[in-house]
Amino acid sequence: MIDQPMLQVEGLTKSYAATGREPLTVLKAVDFSLAAGDSLAIVGPSGSGKTTLLGLCAGLDRPSDGTVSIAGISIGGLTEDGRAAVRNAHVGFVFQNFQLIPTLTALENVMVPLELRGEGGPAREADAQALLDRVGLGERSGHYPIQLSGGEQQRVALARAFINQPKILFCDEPTGNLDGDTAHRIVDLIFGLNREKGTTLVLVTHDSELAARCGRTIRLKNGSVVKEAAPAA
Amino acid sequence: MSARPDVSSARPGSLRFILKMAWRDSRASRRRLFLFSLSIVLGVAALVAIGSVGENLRTAIDREARGLLGADLEVSSRSKLTPEAETFLQGLGGRQALELSFPSMVVFPSAGGQTRLVTLRGMEGAYPFYGSFLTNPPEAAARIAAGEAVVVVEETLLSQFGLKPGDPVKLGTGTFTLAGGLQKIPGDSTGLTAMSPRVIMPLAQLESAGLTGAGSLVRHRSFFQFPEGFPVDRQVRELKSQFRELKLNTDTVAERKRGLGRAVESVDAFLSLVGFIALFLGAIGVASAMHVYVRQKLVTVAVLRCLGASSWQGFAVYLVQGLGIGIAGAALGTALGVALQQGLPWVAKRWLPFDVDFAISWAQVAQGFTAGVVICVLFTLLPLLAVRRVTPLSALRSSLGEGAGRPDPLRWLIWLLIGAAVTGFAIQQTPRWEVGLGFVAALILAFAVLTALARLTAWAARKFFPARAPYVWRQGVANLHRPQNRTVLLLLSLGLGTFLIVTMALTRATLLAQISGTGSGDRPNLLFFDIQQDQIEQLEKTLEEEKTPLLVKAPIVTMKLSRYKDRPVAEVAKDNSLNLPGWSLRREYRCTFRSTLTSTEKVTAGTFTPTVEPDTSPVPISMEQGLAREMQLGLGDALEFDVQGVTLKAVITSLREVEWRRMEPNFFILFPEGVLEGAPNFYVAATRTDNSSDSARIQQAVVSALPNVSAIDLGLVLETLDEIFSRVQLVVQLMALFTVFTGIIVLAGAVMGGRYQRLRETVLLRTLGASRKQLIWIQMVEYAILGLLGAVVGCALAVVANIALARWVFETAPVLEPVTLLLATLVVTAITLCTGWLANRSITDHPPLEILREET
Repeated sequence: MIDQPMLQVEGLTKSYAATGREPLTVLKAVDFSLAAGDSLAIVGPSGSGKTTLLGLCAGLDRPSDGTVSIAGISIGGLTEDGRAAVRNAHVGFVFQNFQLIPTLTALENVMVPLELRGEGGPAREADAQALLDRVGLGERSGHYPIQLSGGEQQRVALARAFINQPKILFCDEPTGNLDGDTAHRIVDLIFGLNREKGTTLVLVTHDSELAARCGRTIRLKNGSVVKEAAPAA
Repeated sequence: MSARPDVSSARPGSLRFILKMAWRDSRASRRRLFLFSLSIVLGVAALVAIGSVGENLRTAIDREARGLLGADLEVSSRSKLTPEAETFLQGLGGRQALELSFPSMVVFPSAGGQTRLVTLRGMEGAYPFYGSFLTNPPEAAARIAAGEAVVVVEETLLSQFGLKPGDPVKLGTGTFTLAGGLQKIPGDSTGLTAMSPRVIMPLAQLESAGLTGAGSLVRHRSFFQFPEGFPVDRQVRELKSQFRELKLNTDTVAERKRGLGRAVESVDAFLSLVGFIALFLGAIGVASAMHVYVRQKLVTVAVLRCLGASSWQGFAVYLVQGLGIGIAGAALGTALGVALQQGLPWVAKRWLPFDVDFAISWAQVAQGFTAGVVICVLFTLLPLLAVRRVTPLSALRSSLGEGAGRPDPLRWLIWLLIGAAVTGFAIQQTPRWEVGLGFVAALILAFAVLTALARLTAWAARKFFPARAPYVWRQGVANLHRPQNRTVLLLLSLGLGTFLIVTMALTRATLLAQISGTGSGDRPNLLFFDIQQDQIEQLEKTLEEEKTPLLVKAPIVTMKLSRYKDRPVAEVAKDNSLNLPGWSLRREYRCTFRSTLTSTEKVTAGTFTPTVEPDTSPVPISMEQGLAREMQLGLGDALEFDVQGVTLKAVITSLREVEWRRMEPNFFILFPEGVLEGAPNFYVAATRTDNSSDSARIQQAVVSALPNVSAIDLGLVLETLDEIFSRVQLVVQLMALFTVFTGIIVLAGAVMGGRYQRLRETVLLRTLGASRKQLIWIQMVEYAILGLLGAVVGCALAVVANIALARWVFETAPVLEPVTLLLATLVVTAITLCTGWLANRSITDHPPLEILREET
């Protein structure tokens, strides 16, 4: 039996039409694949196409060309709702701005992916509570995002990302809005959970230290991969 | 290698998730959402209240149809029936009753001899056969039926003149005993009798008072009660065809029911449409508030999409909230409507000839509730469409927002549905579909004018406001044209409400001024009629003694048209190709002769001939231009009249415009002096009195000297008309107030919406050191301009509407009351300012960070 890549990207290109001018290509023919449990850091200067690549990999946007497969499912031919279903089933997210829903408590925020599947209820609530305990916020489960610090919000976001036991976790600058100490704790949690759950990890970062903790790194410049490297031993 | 995902994995809990998420997401905004829902409360309340009252009236009409007429058939005539006709009517069988009625003056000796023009009804037989003849004390009705020498007087007159049972009442040459007050008798609406109150007495007693058949305004009525299954309609047709020349009027239970039903439906339709404007306006308010609300939720939607929610689920979460707003608003509105319905009877009761049980009409409650929810949801869908296009990518890049660019065909579909719903409602509410479409067209026009003016205002504010004006002024004015401004919405709601209220006030002033003849202190205000030829000198003498000389004296000669343009009238009447109004050929013309024109008429074509030789033929006559138009007559056309047996040929040599509304003796046909002097005639005359006590004294003197002469005091008529108008105006103003209050709620909603929209800006200004006073000023400048503009535009539209109504409907000069306009402008502006200040005050009263924490 051949091992199936968890994330396969082939010839991924994204262009934007510009009135009266040549289309603007922000991502040019990117190829890579990741096996289950792998971790990848996407690095590069601002405007190099990192977030675009992450968005395309997660099915948040449609490529102009090329294909993306998540857990063996080619998401190119799927409708918006089809891609949403794939995300719900297989993908977790961590955003730079945390993106917790302000009107929900910490516990409710964590529960959202499950409830989208119709899997609410006391048993799953216990799972969510356990995850909050795991990120150190068991006592704060009834608090609203506005009542939490930035680091605490990001930990809730992490718990939410892992609640559906995703096969792949996408992180967009997960420490970009946090101070040094808090950032370290968040990074430790991401990699710790990643190992525990056997999740594939894709993260976009400016932080070279964080990138160095990933199994692989892709460096982008002007939308093209300029360097792909395994970490230094 | 690829596999299809299990897309359905997100479905099982879909509905539960949507409901749960909608509920949880609303936590921080429930107060705001509740405020949105209030926008439609008053519209729904108006629809439910009016619809229920209408339904109650229709039910009562169905139930009391017979009691409304008091008989199965009523036959009435202005002249005494021929023996053949009487034989025919007697042959109809069943139970029968007779009545003679005519206007007469009544004198109340116990009230210092005060007089009043009344409609005297002499009754014989057991009328009413259905319904009740209610008097106070109750036995008074029985005394009338027993033929005693008593009268029953309209109850309002009893209190007006301080009368009590047993007091004497003078009618003609007889004096009768007051048996009691008239509370109710079938056949008449008390509204209609307000002008001429009723006095009822036994028919046999009329003769003893020397009043039988006096004057020319006697109405003969016969009432019939038939056994069940009697072919009333067939007999009516037979009667009319056999006695065509008698011009009999008939009224049956079915006809009365149809007539009343139509009247109820027309009033109901008009008020419902005004109520619907309030609902429509409220729905626009909800849409506008939801637009702002949804924009704040786009990131939440994007996050949900990232977490696997489908676009439908994201959309549905907010659709459920929209539906919740609709249901809450409609439910509150329904409750308020039912409560209001309990209060409306006092307005309606006085005008109804029957009792109405004001019960809750569940059909109307359901209809009002459904209309509220449907309109609210349809309007909510417009801003919600954006949610479907939120790309999950905007969770990563906040600048992306909703997917823009491509036109959304669903948007057109929703506009189509809104158009269909509004048109459908209007057509359903109005008796004819053309009227419904007309209402929709008028609504579109009013909205278009107000929207265009609002846009013009925003444009002018941007273009012309001086750049060097103080900062708070610049910032306040800039709010009128900046993105997502509230200018259009507020001008629409405030303008429309002001327009409706001020139009009513101005129309009232115009009509009252027209009737009272404002500006001319020497016009006659006391009219005498039914003066016989040999009484006019006596009248002149009596008035001279009272030092109020006769100002107008017009002889009246009655005649009928016998030939129309050289063709016999009977032949012309059958000629359907001419399409002439039947009444114009059949009526008894009351004409006068004189050599001068009065101040209420002017010649518009031809030349008026003042005098002619006695044997002139054809006689040159002057015709009122409206009648000439209806009868398709012009200058030079020949007519022939039957003047009580004598044939008189005439030719039209002039047309006149007559100001009918001035309550002075006016005539359709005016003869020159010289030909009619010898014909049997009677007179109408008029004088002027300075006050009501003079008027009462003079009427008393005239009635004592000439008992058959009737008088109308225009001061009293004005008072009565004013009262009638006040009540109508009250109902219409109540409806218009619903629109204005809806406007205020919409304003509060918009201010609240804007408050979130502008929160960061306000906090930023606060952080940069803006004082509370400055922040308040910025807001007040914006609201003052909006309130002032809404009021001014509403007043301007009302002035235009009043001019149009005066010119084309009432045919008079419009009255523009500056005080009303000024007052409306000040009140609307003040209300806008207060609402704006109240809705915003917490932002200016608290530290910026505290607000940010609370509001996000």
